[in-house]
Amino acid sequence: MRVPCLALGLIFWCTGAAFALEIEDHHLFPGTGERVLRIVSTTDLAVFEPYILAFQDDRPAVSVDYTVVSSSEMHSAIRAGAQFDLAVSSAMDLQFQLANDGYAQRYQSAATETLPDWARWRDLIFAFTTEPAVVVINSTSFTGLDLPVTRQELIAILRDNPDRFSSAVGTYDVRESGLGFLFATQEDRSSDAYWRLNEVMGRLEPKLYCCSSQMIEDVAEGQLAMAYNVLGSYAAEKLAQDQSGRMQILRMQDFTNVMLRTVLVPATAQDTEAAGAMIDMLVRLGLRDNPGDWPLPSLSQTSTGEAMGFGPIRLGPALMVYLDPLNRRAFLAEWENAMEQR
Amino acid sequence: MTFETRSIGRRLTLLLAGVAALLSLLSWGMVTALAREATQRTQDNVLAASATTIAETLRSEQGEVRLELPYAAFSMLGAISEDRVFYRVTADGDTLTGYDDLPQPMAGRRGQIVFDTANYVGVPIRIASISRRILAGDGPVLVAVTVGQTRDGAGAIAAELSRLAAILSVAFFLVAVALSAFVAQTSLRPLNEIAAAVSRRGPSDLRPLERPAPADLAPLLTALNRLMARLGESISRSEDFIAEAAHRIRTPLATVRAQAEIALRTVSSEPEKDRLRRIIRAVDESSRSAGQLLDHATVAFRIEDLASDNLDLADLASQTVAAMDPTASMRDIRLHLQTASAQITGDAVLLETAIRNVLDNAIKYSPEDTTVTLTITRNESEACLTVMDQGPGLGDEPVAVLTERFRRGNNTDGIVGSGLGLTIAADVLRAHSGRLELTTAPNRSEGACVSLVLPLA
Repeated sequence: MRVPCLALGLIFWCTGAAFALEIEDHHLFPGTGERVLRIVSTTDLAVFEPYILAFQDDRPAVSVDYTVVSSSEMHSAIRAGAQFDLAVSSAMDLQFQLANDGYAQRYQSAATETLPDWARWRDLIFAFTTEPAVVVINSTSFTGLDLPVTRQELIAILRDNPDRFSSAVGTYDVRESGLGFLFATQEDRSSDAYWRLNEVMGRLEPKLYCCSSQMIEDVAEGQLAMAYNVLGSYAAEKLAQDQSGRMQILRMQDFTNVMLRTVLVPATAQDTEAAGAMIDMLVRLGLRDNPGDWPLPSLSQTSTGEAMGFGPIRLGPALMVYLDPLNRRAFLAEWENAMEQR
Repeated sequence: MTFETRSIGRRLTLLLAGVAALLSLLSWGMVTALAREATQRTQDNVLAASATTIAETLRSEQGEVRLELPYAAFSMLGAISEDRVFYRVTADGDTLTGYDDLPQPMAGRRGQIVFDTANYVGVPIRIASISRRILAGDGPVLVAVTVGQTRDGAGAIAAELSRLAAILSVAFFLVAVALSAFVAQTSLRPLNEIAAAVSRRGPSDLRPLERPAPADLAPLLTALNRLMARLGESISRSEDFIAEAAHRIRTPLATVRAQAEIALRTVSSEPEKDRLRRIIRAVDESSRSAGQLLDHATVAFRIEDLASDNLDLADLASQTVAAMDPTASMRDIRLHLQTASAQITGDAVLLETAIRNVLDNAIKYSPEDTTVTLTITRNESEACLTVMDQGPGLGDEPVAVLTERFRRGNNTDGIVGSGLGLTIAADVLRAHSGRLELTTAPNRSEGACVSLVLPLA
């Protein structure tokens, strides 16, 4: 299924602009009319599908063309002028930079006005979920051990049981994953335990991943004992499907990064009306009071209480600090030093 | 002829309102400019802090310039507003990191922050730049750190302050206009008071205005008083002249009349007698007119300084009747007097003159062999002397017209008259707070009915 989709996507793109986009997934939800809302997203198709279907319930005439790419791909594609009507991403820093550098269009509506200040920036970016970074473990690997609740305890457990965890620890490859990089840099800023944890994980020959879903799957299947810094929302969804009962989500009590999944209208967007309607719907769902059946949490679900006082990562120019090439190079060098100990 | 230019009060109000409007506009402009300046400085300070924070991380490592963008450098920019942020770090002109097309202001002295306003990616931005010399490799390298930010936040605050200032200015203006109107009214009050005092005066009151007036109005008051004095003088001079003239005419007329009477007796031819009689009649009329002119002058003079004696209207009436009786009997007109005592206060000479003139009119317009009836009646507050004749009546003109000077009724053809009689009577009565009432009796045979109404003492 994925291969034809990919091929279709590439063909589609070749006609649009003179660059190749590394598409992870693509699906067209046909509508009854001519209009097409083209969404580029880092969110897995399965996770976002209910939102698209809900959108089409309201507007059956609009077809939705949904393309899944990595956050850095999306970032460079939009900078290069790729034509999408809507960009949904979990990499707040990259989204922010797009908006700051003028690659986003202003959008204002009654719905976006109701968003709290921290959930929007300049009417360019709108947050519609708050999602924590969590640790997912396979409980069979932790038999006989106390489950860690802080990074200190996690470090101790990993250090004391190298045999058990060797090659069984997974985390983001921050060089590839925008979200991984965001989580890592925010953690660097907020917790001094981060580098020590990296040192310990580095000695265990960690597996590095591009995406949360793959990591979670590997934990569920027992290939990994632990995945560090994965998206809580994906983990919760996987946990709900998991039959084995061995998968478990741990939320670190010392500090938890909470990410905002954001949406913006690229400057090149054509059907801004449909894009606006989609934003309104996402914002309304982001502000819903009861969790309901939606795969992604609302703005209030994780931001209050659980974020240990820090609140979600703030949408602001500070996000661009780690995107600075010099800073990024320095950070990645340090990260590689810690992670790839040969 | 009067033509009005715009009222001083309105002009003053408009002028003051204009000044207020100008001041409001000026203060609004100044507050707006200050607000813009203040927000600009606030933004400058944060930009400066940001650039300095970045510049402080500059260092030399293995012959290369190194730096780390501190998190705080940008988070402080994000804390004050939702403005877009741009930055650039150059070493000897080559961009080390950041937006390599971001304009860089001319470097100032080392370590000093330079601010500039520029256009970048189509929007106006504010830039702060600081330069430092770093020893790296071959020698010192001039490193410049530039941080830019859009000005929406500062603009929004300035606009909000400007809007507030505008509202305050409008309020200030409205209050100023109200105050202007009040001030104009207050400052014109003395003038209005003088005008009221002048217009309250009786028609012949030419006394000087003795009242306190603001220094600005003193010349006006002095001029007014001088004018009134001149006017009074001129009036009294002309009245003196009339009195003198009448007197001088009357004396020779009496001589002419006496001579004509004697001649009448000595001539025997009827046409001669007839001619002489006509002369006598004409002389009588002239004498009468001269008398009336004298009366009028007397009245005008005495009214100025009215005597207030206690009088009985009945006495006045009977004295007058006695004086007029010879004239009446010459034409076989009976004077019938029905008196009742009525005490009044006033000037005997003037009242007698008034009664005489009314009675004289009645006799003059009465046909021969008729009766003129004088009746005195009274109610609680007023005494009324009614003179009723059996003549042709007064016609149908209103009282005000008949009492005008030299105005005669429209049915007086064939009878010689000056038209001063009723004027004199009316003037006298007005001076005594009384009035003259003229009616033609409903029964046509009764003729004119003139009532002199006076307040009782």
